[in-house]
Amino acid sequence: MKFTRDWLFSHLETDRPLADILDVLPMLGLEVESVVDRAAALAPFVIAEVISAEQHPNADKLRVCMVNIGAGDPVQVVCGAPNARAGMKGVFAPVGAYVPGIDLTLKTGEIRGELSNGMLCSEREMQLSDEHDGIIDLAADAPVGASFAAYAGLDDPIIEIAITPNRADCLGVRGVARDLAAAGYGRLKPIDTSPLEGNFDSPISWDLNLAPDEAHLCPLVSGRAFTGLKNGSSPAWMANRLTAIGQRPISALVDITNYVMVDLGRPLHAYDIDKIDGGKLIIGRAKAGQTMTALNEKTYDLDEDMLVIGDANGPDDLAGIMGGERSGVSDATDKMFLEIAIFDQIAVATTGRKLNIHSDARFRFERGLDVTSPEWASGYVARLVMDICGGQASHMVIAGDGADWKREIFLASDKFERLTGMIVPKARQIEILENLGFTVREDAAGLQVSPPPWRGDIDGAADLVEEISRIYGFDHLPMVHLPREHVVAQPAVNLAQVRPLRLRRAMAERGLTEAVTFSFLGEKEAVMFGGGDTSLRLVNPISADLSIMRPSALPNLLSAAARNQDRGEADIAMFEVGPVFLGDEPDQQRTAVAAIRHGAVAPREWHGSRRLVDVFDAKADAEAALAVLGVRRGSLQIESGGPDYFHPGRCGRLLQGRSLLAQFGELHPQVAAHFGLRNTLVGFELFLEDVPLAKSRGPARSYLKMSQFQPVSRDFAFILDDGVPASQLLRAVKSAAGPLVTDIQLFDVYQGKNIGDGRKSLAVTITLTPQKATLGEAEIEAISDAVIAAAGKNCGAVLRG
Amino acid sequence: MKSLDAVSSEIIDAIAAADSLDALEAIRIDALGKKGRISLMMRDLGGMDAEARKQAGQALNKVKDEIAAAIDVKQTLLASAALNARLSAERMDVSLPSRPEIDARLHPLSRTIEEVIAIFAEMGFQVAEGPDIESDYYNFTALNIPPEHPARQEHDTFYLPADANGKRKVLRTHTSPVQIRTMEANEPPIRIIVPGRTYRSDHDATHSPMFHQCEGLVIGDGIHMGHLKGCLIDFCRAFFGVDDLPVRFRPSYFPFTEPSAEVDIGCTRENGALKIGAGDDWLEILGSGMVNPRVLENCGYDPEKYQGFAFGMGIERIAMLKYGIPDLRTFYDSDLRWMRHYGFLPFDAPSIHAGLAGGAV
Repeated sequence: MKFTRDWLFSHLETDRPLADILDVLPMLGLEVESVVDRAAALAPFVIAEVISAEQHPNADKLRVCMVNIGAGDPVQVVCGAPNARAGMKGVFAPVGAYVPGIDLTLKTGEIRGELSNGMLCSEREMQLSDEHDGIIDLAADAPVGASFAAYAGLDDPIIEIAITPNRADCLGVRGVARDLAAAGYGRLKPIDTSPLEGNFDSPISWDLNLAPDEAHLCPLVSGRAFTGLKNGSSPAWMANRLTAIGQRPISALVDITNYVMVDLGRPLHAYDIDKIDGGKLIIGRAKAGQTMTALNEKTYDLDEDMLVIGDANGPDDLAGIMGGERSGVSDATDKMFLEIAIFDQIAVATTGRKLNIHSDARFRFERGLDVTSPEWASGYVARLVMDICGGQASHMVIAGDGADWKREIFLASDKFERLTGMIVPKARQIEILENLGFTVREDAAGLQVSPPPWRGDIDGAADLVEEISRIYGFDHLPMVHLPREHVVAQPAVNLAQVRPLRLRRAMAERGLTEAVTFSFLGEKEAVMFGGGDTSLRLVNPISADLSIMRPSALPNLLSAAARNQDRGEADIAMFEVGPVFLGDEPDQQRTAVAAIRHGAVAPREWHGSRRLVDVFDAKADAEAALAVLGVRRGSLQIESGGPDYFHPGRCGRLLQGRSLLAQFGELHPQVAAHFGLRNTLVGFELFLEDVPLAKSRGPARSYLKMSQFQPVSRDFAFILDDGVPASQLLRAVKSAAGPLVTDIQLFDVYQGKNIGDGRKSLAVTITLTPQKATLGEAEIEAISDAVIAAAGKNCGAVLRG
Repeated sequence: MKSLDAVSSEIIDAIAAADSLDALEAIRIDALGKKGRISLMMRDLGGMDAEARKQAGQALNKVKDEIAAAIDVKQTLLASAALNARLSAERMDVSLPSRPEIDARLHPLSRTIEEVIAIFAEMGFQVAEGPDIESDYYNFTALNIPPEHPARQEHDTFYLPADANGKRKVLRTHTSPVQIRTMEANEPPIRIIVPGRTYRSDHDATHSPMFHQCEGLVIGDGIHMGHLKGCLIDFCRAFFGVDDLPVRFRPSYFPFTEPSAEVDIGCTRENGALKIGAGDDWLEILGSGMVNPRVLENCGYDPEKYQGFAFGMGIERIAMLKYGIPDLRTFYDSDLRWMRHYGFLPFDAPSIHAGLAGGAV
């Protein structure tokens, strides 16, 4: 919402400087977005008279002008404008002035041998318009030497404020002034809203074609005919204000409707009576199949939900949104019918959204107008029209029973203090409300408050509390620390919520950098990772590559890795903890923990720690993540295989019992290629919801019994079929070794001709920790025999000779 | 036969000349070993008469002790020389680089969220969560934003396809739906914060289609707007680590709070650099207000009995302000150079007792 200082002061009588007003506006809830003082930039520009304009001796298109700038001797200026002539008044920029339109600070110069001490300016050079056909040609009575900005009405700063959706009343300058007056920043000047009788019957009448249960769609509409109008340019004060807020003056009649919309927040619509067919304007729902060309020259398809106004020829006004091209006023209009209506906010919003029209009228209608305005604005606007365009006004024609806006809201005596903690005397509360236009009736229990018709947003006592407190001042709110329920703070996260916090640290400590990637991705990537369900496709995505809710955190990590690779990072290790979506229901959202590694585990360095990542890095990451979640490595089962995006021979699943906890693997070469990743690429993913919460047994650890006896180790090298998984051998060894085994390590894997094709050698060391007495050779021998026998029976393994 | 003196001095000379522990050991065996020269002389004592044995024995013992002592001294010298030689041979160029360290970082967003949690934990809040894909009801209607409400237009909502009943889910545009979910499932008193992902269909220099918010909700007996002010001032000062940080409350509008307030913090801008603290300018950092009675009613609470406040802040925004991160879009780019610069080391956990400022990196 834009207006100028003088515009505001036309409604507000105040001796406060603008700076004070600007300081208080945000404290009333009217956020100041910008203040532009055009005069500041144009301060050096003065009105000057061209005394003489002689042909430049060395250039056909230039003239050497002597310019009277109102002080001192005339100044010589070389000017290229075709309209530069002796006797004209123009705008002069002296040496040293910054000329915004050409981004130049003027210096004394010589142009083709003739001295030039300044510049006569065009509108474009002053950034007032695009006009550059010649220099500005001012009226003969323009005062030489005076500030051009002041003369042109540009010394009126433009203020832009943001209006929250509840403050429809401040979508008019008068509403802003009313708030300021209520806050003690001046007095709201009265305006003449008395009825205007008019002196003939309007040739146009209203036909409210709405079913009784739809009367609320247009509860009240007034109209008035004008004849004998002279539709020329609007007066300078009006044109200047409209120009200042970025609206191009068009004609007096159009400008009046635009002006009143901003001035009073009251959109109007002007019809050319000669273009209305049948003498009636019909307000009702459009018929399916009808079309209408609006003032923006676009044609819209209408449907039965849309409220329109039309004549015998069909609809020509989208109620509350935009008028039609057919019946609108033109420069030639001398007979006008002016509509002042109230339309249902939701109906306007729905139609506006469907047709995707964003107009200033829609913006105001859908936020709610003063529902009594069709009556009181009629006389005010009619006087304004006749002041500017002359002519005669008809009697007012009005239709509709009016909106039921009167209501009483009870504000209990203690409510204000109870809600805000502030103490404001009741008399002051009443004063504030009355200054804002509310009617207040005091009774024993509190205040009975009736909001004014322009405050449709006031819904209950809390709104009244807000009105009083914002005018009284939020600065007066007490600062009260929240009372502590516990002297020592309790944990803020529960056992499930602490898991992501711990996991993030654990992953980063393993060398994985945390990424935060988008929750959506493109179709190809979604499908590649098992997603792409219709229910998870955004109807209105930002772009195709951000259009589907992700089924996995891996693909966006891979994209991120590819971006890093393209920036020259060869070795990449990243993880993310974030949501993934198996469906659109709340219980189908999962928190994924995913990590990828690409390239080598270390940079090129002289110790030799560099090697390429492999599937066991991903497996270790997965096991480490599960360990953080309380799943011990020893309680996991491992299964080879996994989803299609992994290398079929280099991926696996970690399970506990039958439940899948995590998947890991080398990414399929085609997946790596799709993302443009050129090096070895591995990753894992788990969903936190799949990993049961570790049972809390309290902080105390179980009793630790430490053996006093020396552990002993025994090594075994088994030869077995290549197809037998190592995990099977380890399981067999472990169970055969019995209760004394405290550690089993597989320390060598060997394949070679000497042990035969399709065979492998796995070397295992077991550590036995005796509990009651040192183990004798015979006991160790017995355990060894059992291990060898079990390996043979369960895995077909034989001891390597 | 050589005299004892001659043997003795010969052995002592040999000891002095020994150049290795092995040579010294050979000398020892030659002198004092079972068949050593001194040992043999000792054995010969048996054939002497008592007086002569006594005299010769004393002399021999003296020589034997001298030789043993000389060997000890020499042995220490040689061992020390040998060790020095070994150490000298083992010299390494310690200016060579050490093995590469793991240098992975945590994201400023998760770090900032943890800081926010730490501060609100101190004030008795608990973390609550809700789904990213929400129903229209939870995201809007229950929050007093009915269909076609102008406030909806400001949300730039992402929609999912309509179901069989014509209802379409949305990506939550704010973390506020969790207010409703929490109140539906719990009785007062309530003190929650809700950090999480939020989505709006907007993508430019200052907007991202996905971003993070942290909601707060306090419902209890006698909780009024002064508590809102105290709670948020306490938060802002702790979070930015500025004890005298000016915090300003400005009337505003949110459909789900009444009265509503925007919260600004003090700052100064000099030569394009922003400094948080007492100054001549203000920065908007969060929205807040007393929970609208309509919202309480929608959750089955009696607004005459319960009241409280709610607030919401952008995590990216407060992280950018605190840590001087200039560009919103970089948060989601996962650029490793950016992470090495703006990220946090994993051991550097924020806490009230150890501080929230983040260690040097």
